[in-house]
Amino acid sequence: MSTPNTEWPLWEVFVRSKQGLSHKHVGSLHAADAAMAISNARDVYTRRQEGTSIWVVKAEDITASTPSEKDVMFDPANDKVYRHPTFYDLPDEIKNM
Amino acid sequence: MTQEMDLNQRFEQYIAADQKIEAKDWMPDAYRKTLIRQISQHAHSEIIGMQPEGNWITRAPSLKRKSILLAKVQDEAGHGLYLYSAAETLGISRDEMLDALHTGKAKYSSIFNYPTLTWADMGAVGWLVDGAAIMNQVPLCKCSYGPYARAMVRVCKEESFHQRQGFQIMLTLSQGTAEQKELAQDAFNRWWWPSLMMFGPNDATSKHSEQSMRWKIKRFSNDELRQRFVDMTVPQAELLGLTVPDADLKWNEVTGHYDFGPIDWGEFEQVVAGNGPCNRERIDTRVTAHENGAWVREAATAYAAKSSKRASSQNSAA
Ligand SMILES: [Fe+2]
Ligand SMILES: [Fe+2]
Repeated sequence: MSTPNTEWPLWEVFVRSKQGLSHKHVGSLHAADAAMAISNARDVYTRRQEGTSIWVVKAEDITASTPSEKDVMFDPANDKVYRHPTFYDLPDEIKNM
Repeated sequence: MTQEMDLNQRFEQYIAADQKIEAKDWMPDAYRKTLIRQISQHAHSEIIGMQPEGNWITRAPSLKRKSILLAKVQDEAGHGLYLYSAAETLGISRDEMLDALHTGKAKYSSIFNYPTLTWADMGAVGWLVDGAAIMNQVPLCKCSYGPYARAMVRVCKEESFHQRQGFQIMLTLSQGTAEQKELAQDAFNRWWWPSLMMFGPNDATSKHSEQSMRWKIKRFSNDELRQRFVDMTVPQAELLGLTVPDADLKWNEVTGHYDFGPIDWGEFEQVVAGNGPCNRERIDTRVTAHENGAWVREAATAYAAKSSKRASSQNSAA
């Protein structure tokens, strides 16, 4: 019925919910170009004042880490507990550090 | 082979630990297929669900009611879009899903194949149909697949106004003239049983339920949710002064629940099979809208191609 390959590209949508917070991924949508992606994102993701700013990024332009390499990628941080303040024992007399 | 076993073991561990599965994580084929089927059906239901209510937008009794109904129907479009996007993360395209809907290969909730005959139906649909939908959807916010769960959180936040606006319509009508009250009762009579059917077949005959519960896609059985809906709705009907159209309905002291009469599953099967009062009309309307929009999609694509070409030739000239 509908012919393939005419599908508009997919855009990932990021919304800043209020000043002072960073943009957060909220979902995705299809649009022919960036301007349409922004105006669709406004209608789809901010009908109740959920945002003060919108970013749209073409999904194909995002480079992601590989899920199958999750362990290799993130496990090395596991044995570096000394990066956390709780690793250090302090004398009881020290109250604020 | 062993790698597959490792992956599967890890998937099972995630599920057991109530950890979310994300789009790029390995997952069993059957899990992926089940989700694609369920999420796309859910999306189709939101989109087709715009029609019965869209039917009354131009005839709403006041500007306020019209604005509210418009906002609700627009929300349903949004729900459809969140859900299509969630399904796409599993590797199916939007076009494939729409094709399946348009050719009748995909199902959607059978409730939307009933007609909305009077304004009171806007009340009954919001109160009962959205009410039943909420009952089904709230547990899905905790479903094991991350993108679906997140979409459902958004949906549920928006649904609560849908049910309230419906209840308010029913309340206004039931406190109105005798004729208005009769309209409310008539709408209630027609929507009650189809709403109970929205929870799906009885547990004993539901073919997908068990596996979905094991995968934590589903958290409660059809019959559990249906009972909860009845228990919640009967007191609301009493408050409206309306009579539940079920002679067998009665409070059961022992179980602490309402007992209710048998559901006409024959009717349900007929509607699911395509023989409900509005099945043809719903799909025809949907296909026509899609076809009428074809030139817009083509024009936007052409415009985007032209502007990006112009932008790149300007860049190379500079
Ligand atoms: Fe909805
Ligand atoms: Fe709704």
